[in-house]
Amino acid sequence: MNVTKKLRGLSRELIALRIANELEDGTYVNLGIGIPTLVSDWIEGRDIVLQAELGMLNTGPLASKDDVEQDLINASCQPVTELPGSCYFSENESFSMIRGGYMDTAVLGALQVSEKGDLAGWNNPGRGLPDNIGNIGGSMDLAVGAKKVIIAMMHVTNDGEYKIVKKCSYPLTAEGVVDLIVTDLSVIEVTPKGLLLREVAPGLTAADVQSVTEPKLIVSPDLKEIQF
Amino acid sequence: MDKVYPSLDAAVADIPDGASIAIAGFFTAGTPSPLIRALAKRGVKDLTIICMQMGPGNEDINQLIVNKQVKKAICNYPFYRSATRGANSPAEQAVRAGEIEMEVCPMGTFSEKLRAAGAGIAAFYTPTGVGTVVEEGKEKRKFGDREYLLELAIKPDYAFVYAYKADTIGNLSCHKTARNYNPEMAAAGRITIAAVENIVRPGEIDGDMVHIPGVYVQRVVKVDRPKYFPTID
Repeated sequence: MNVTKKLRGLSRELIALRIANELEDGTYVNLGIGIPTLVSDWIEGRDIVLQAELGMLNTGPLASKDDVEQDLINASCQPVTELPGSCYFSENESFSMIRGGYMDTAVLGALQVSEKGDLAGWNNPGRGLPDNIGNIGGSMDLAVGAKKVIIAMMHVTNDGEYKIVKKCSYPLTAEGVVDLIVTDLSVIEVTPKGLLLREVAPGLTAADVQSVTEPKLIVSPDLKEIQF
Repeated sequence: MDKVYPSLDAAVADIPDGASIAIAGFFTAGTPSPLIRALAKRGVKDLTIICMQMGPGNEDINQLIVNKQVKKAICNYPFYRSATRGANSPAEQAVRAGEIEMEVCPMGTFSEKLRAAGAGIAAFYTPTGVGTVVEEGKEKRKFGDREYLLELAIKPDYAFVYAYKADTIGNLSCHKTARNYNPEMAAAGRITIAAVENIVRPGEIDGDMVHIPGVYVQRVVKVDRPKYFPTID
């Protein structure tokens, strides 16, 4: 247990906005459950195609109460809407796209990320299930198949424990796949030399972020406050 | 070649104890709930079920667990996301108590196991799961500079699928995201039973709108369109 001090940072919505700004136009993106889903609120009107892994491209915004169509949901089982150019296919074809490398970016949540970019996100041992039993869902395929993996998460657990760690202690989703970590406190890039701290939340210093991060951070010479 | 069965009970009447059954549906969408209820009513035991999940969005699968009809489950997202909700669900309690043997696969591996079975492929290599608990007990092989796991096909005795529309010779047309697992499970099942909202004569579904060719479907049974609000909370 590595209890760390409490720092104030971005809301979940602003983490999602920072990630939306990281996405490039003309790309195909899959958003995982949790904070990643909120990214969709910030990309309306942009030239970004969202995939829903149950079998849809060009997934539109959440449906309003009057528009709910029970046969039209996203992978989090929320009613969604169509956009011009929406199309449907089987779940297997959807994962062929993911495994075939057609997703430019996957935005996923995480329980732990290591300094080597290992991702642990599907099985919290605190739940008390065996290590090989839990909700894997599409996370392993997305982590391995997407060209770029961005993690959206809070910097530490509710109990103040490190989530950015030297080595993941939770069951892994995939090894060495994470490219960028966006938390309430920072933006960190996974590089071959280690974790590069690029941005800090307004009012925080690199030392603040280091104090809640287990591995040693490389502080970017261009370190700046997160901007939107 | 009329594949229409007069009732749900008739469509599942020959399913024996010990059968393996793939059940389509992604959370609420495209789930053949009427067939699951008919199976619960039939009461056969020691079943192996192959389905995305065991509770969230589907109370009918829960009923199979409560009835103690399930011996083994192969899933990719079995439980409620909320630990509290999960701890109170029959499926998670049965797994914790060791009453059900459970195997969890990555979602893409899960559907590829079924696709492979439907295509006569015994096994395939995938990089998904390398370096995780998923690789335990599996052959690992390098192609180029990347490692892959050998995953085996799953060939179920039966498949339960759902479609918006069928013709009497078993061609199925799905609706939006309710297609999901249905095509691959239909092909994988030795006997595939389709619960459908509408049955029309051959020729009344545009051939370009057939998502599941009739060759994969042995039985068709008409059901009423369910009405629900999609949610897993």
